[in-house]
Amino acid sequence: MANHLFLPLISPMLAAALALIFTRTKTRNVARGIVLTSVVFNLAYSLWLVWTVATTGIQVTQAAGWEAPFGITLVADGASALMLCVATLLMLVTMSYSFASLDPGYENFFYYPLLLLLLLGVSGAFLTGDIFNLYVWFEVLLLASFGLMTLGGSRAQLEGGLKYVVLNLLGSTAFLMACGLLYGTVGSLNMAHVAERMQSVNNPGIVTVIACLFFFAYGGKAAILPLFFWLPTSYHTPPVAVTAIFSGLLTKVGAYSLYRVLGLVLQDELVRLAPFVLVIAGLTMVVGVFGAMAQMNVRRILSFHIISQIGYTIMGLGLASAVGLAAGLLFTVHVMIVKTALFFIGGAAEQIYGTGDLKKMGGLAQREPLLAIFWFLGILSLAGIPPMSGFFGKLALLQAGVNQGAIGISVIAAFTGILTFFSMLKIWNEVFWKKSYGDMSKLPRVTPGLLLPGALLVMISLALGLGAGVLVDYSQMAGMQLFDRAGYIASVCGVQGCEAIVEAALR
Amino acid sequence: MIFLLAIAIGSLFAGAVYLILRRSVAKLILGLMLLSHAVNLLIFTMGDGGVRRGALPIVDYYTGEVMPNTTDPLVQALILTAIVISFGITAFIMALAYRATQAMKTDDLDDMANTDRL
Amino acid sequence: MIKATNYDSIVLRTVARLMMPLLLLLSVFMLLRGHNLPGGGFIGGLVASSAIIMQMIAFGPEYARRVIRVNYLGLAAVGILVAVSASVPALLVGLPFMRAFWLPEAIPGIGKLGTPVVFDVGVFLLVIAVTTKIAMLLSEEPDLFPMHMEQEDEEGVTGAPKA
Repeated sequence: MANHLFLPLISPMLAAALALIFTRTKTRNVARGIVLTSVVFNLAYSLWLVWTVATTGIQVTQAAGWEAPFGITLVADGASALMLCVATLLMLVTMSYSFASLDPGYENFFYYPLLLLLLLGVSGAFLTGDIFNLYVWFEVLLLASFGLMTLGGSRAQLEGGLKYVVLNLLGSTAFLMACGLLYGTVGSLNMAHVAERMQSVNNPGIVTVIACLFFFAYGGKAAILPLFFWLPTSYHTPPVAVTAIFSGLLTKVGAYSLYRVLGLVLQDELVRLAPFVLVIAGLTMVVGVFGAMAQMNVRRILSFHIISQIGYTIMGLGLASAVGLAAGLLFTVHVMIVKTALFFIGGAAEQIYGTGDLKKMGGLAQREPLLAIFWFLGILSLAGIPPMSGFFGKLALLQAGVNQGAIGISVIAAFTGILTFFSMLKIWNEVFWKKSYGDMSKLPRVTPGLLLPGALLVMISLALGLGAGVLVDYSQMAGMQLFDRAGYIASVCGVQGCEAIVEAALR
Repeated sequence: MIFLLAIAIGSLFAGAVYLILRRSVAKLILGLMLLSHAVNLLIFTMGDGGVRRGALPIVDYYTGEVMPNTTDPLVQALILTAIVISFGITAFIMALAYRATQAMKTDDLDDMANTDRL
Repeated sequence: MIKATNYDSIVLRTVARLMMPLLLLLSVFMLLRGHNLPGGGFIGGLVASSAIIMQMIAFGPEYARRVIRVNYLGLAAVGILVAVSASVPALLVGLPFMRAFWLPEAIPGIGKLGTPVVFDVGVFLLVIAVTTKIAMLLSEEPDLFPMHMEQEDEEGVTGAPKA
């Protein structure tokens, strides 16, 4: 029993409630302090959790002590601990960027409690071991994201927000439907128990339907090819800090759930659907990057790149092996950090010019050389150039792809990397390199508060690239755990399996 | 009973899809609400042993034994949770759609394409 | 904005005035019997908030806001704090989160007391606050998205007189 797994959920909940009480202009610093304390605590805890999982294996706890298939289970294995850690890190950096960049009006309308609610939902989704609970956590994080997306209520936000809400709601409904069908088929919603009973279900049709529904639901949240339209239409409307944290967390929770539910619980189905998943992954990569090339707005370009990068994550899933999942996980962690960094830096440029339109920007390399350097390092990392973390993420994916004979998708992935670099260079040329046509001397300078969060994340990406050995080893361990059904069942329900517990309870 | 429920679920899904495909925001939201009801009913039929008329979700108080004619309580708990969540989301989306239509001065989804432009 | 006068119905107003204490009492009853019987914090909270919403329909939202002076968001926060604090003690003594503690004897008229009752009280407060707040915001619609209204006022779009 690892009761400490509840701490990362209690801390943001309590802090959100307290911050709600102190949300007033007079007590703003109190609210900020509470919020920051909670996130710092979560970060320290999740770092410790990663270390614990790496040294002692999967951590499990049951709410109120009800045994596994009956109660609510929380599980932390390698993948969930790592994702939790990165998500909390991004949240902390976003908070500090918000302190520097946000219009004070936002703070009076519950910006920080909503961010904490987002963190709560994300942490819950990473830690839960129960599919219906996953749905509930999804709704928590979605409601928080709805609030953040439309906070401010400008016309563009309302319009983009409406599309975002409606399409995500459709995905959630499909998720709920899949939960219902799954419960009707196997009679349980505990992930370990479902994985165990799935092996003896001989009704392949309905199981495929369930797997496809889950793929549709999570794929919609992860923004895979035919379902990504909500993303580029809404991500450029809210403040930069909100877009950055969304880009780092939301689609990745969808991808994580795909890994967890399809990779672990419905593993046999995943192996059957793998070619189809790979095709979707390839199309997502290519369409995302072509979409980015057509855009002329910083944040819209970056939004389309999120889609393209999700294609890589889905490729890891489509390889349907422990190595593939490990590589996909490594890549996802890298892209979460770098993408958020690029949004921060691009957003800082946007705040300087007061617009994200590439045609109206220019000459920033001369005026803000530090910003330009970090932007360039960031796009090197995103494109996968050696000293940065992106190289190792893509290398692992390509290696896994080639080793398993998935040559086609590997070629597409390598090709997309080049296109990514090209389309990122477009922002570089337009925003930083080309001469400015206007008078730049009146534009505001970039403040340390706007520069440092992005710079910090780029430096972390560099550090992950230089010390890649540790992360690669860890991700391989996590990939093994993700694909090891028997090990997961044994750590949640004991070596006898969940069915033994059910039988003992009935007797 | 299960036959009636199947028809109800099917018609709810059909109505929901029809309304969601309309161009009006108000109908879109009504469609989403119908869709959530359809899914709730679907979950309801998924309980252990299907739907049993007149059965109660009760375990014998003294012996802890499962009574011979009981129905699965878990699906009802799942539906309750789903209803509460969809209640909150519906309240949010109604307020959002109200403000959006007010700001756009239109109820037509085809006119809401400003954030899609290059 | 819908004015209170639109609701002028003597029957509704009389019933609302009479039902208010009854509904509140019923909600507390629901709350306390909740752990082992149908009821509980959520249902009790809905009953209590329906009492307030009834006032709102009968006399108009402004009246309800004036008479029932509660900071609903603060109440919601208190509800969360109460609910969480009922679940934490188990964690402190090394048991799983949310494990219940009960008093050994039942108190006549109220029943058995324990941490689940405290948890239910938290849920009760939260549900009252959130439901009433939603209803109130929807009925006083100009308060929705207040930041946007401020913006518009600055630009003079809504025709606010410029100082």
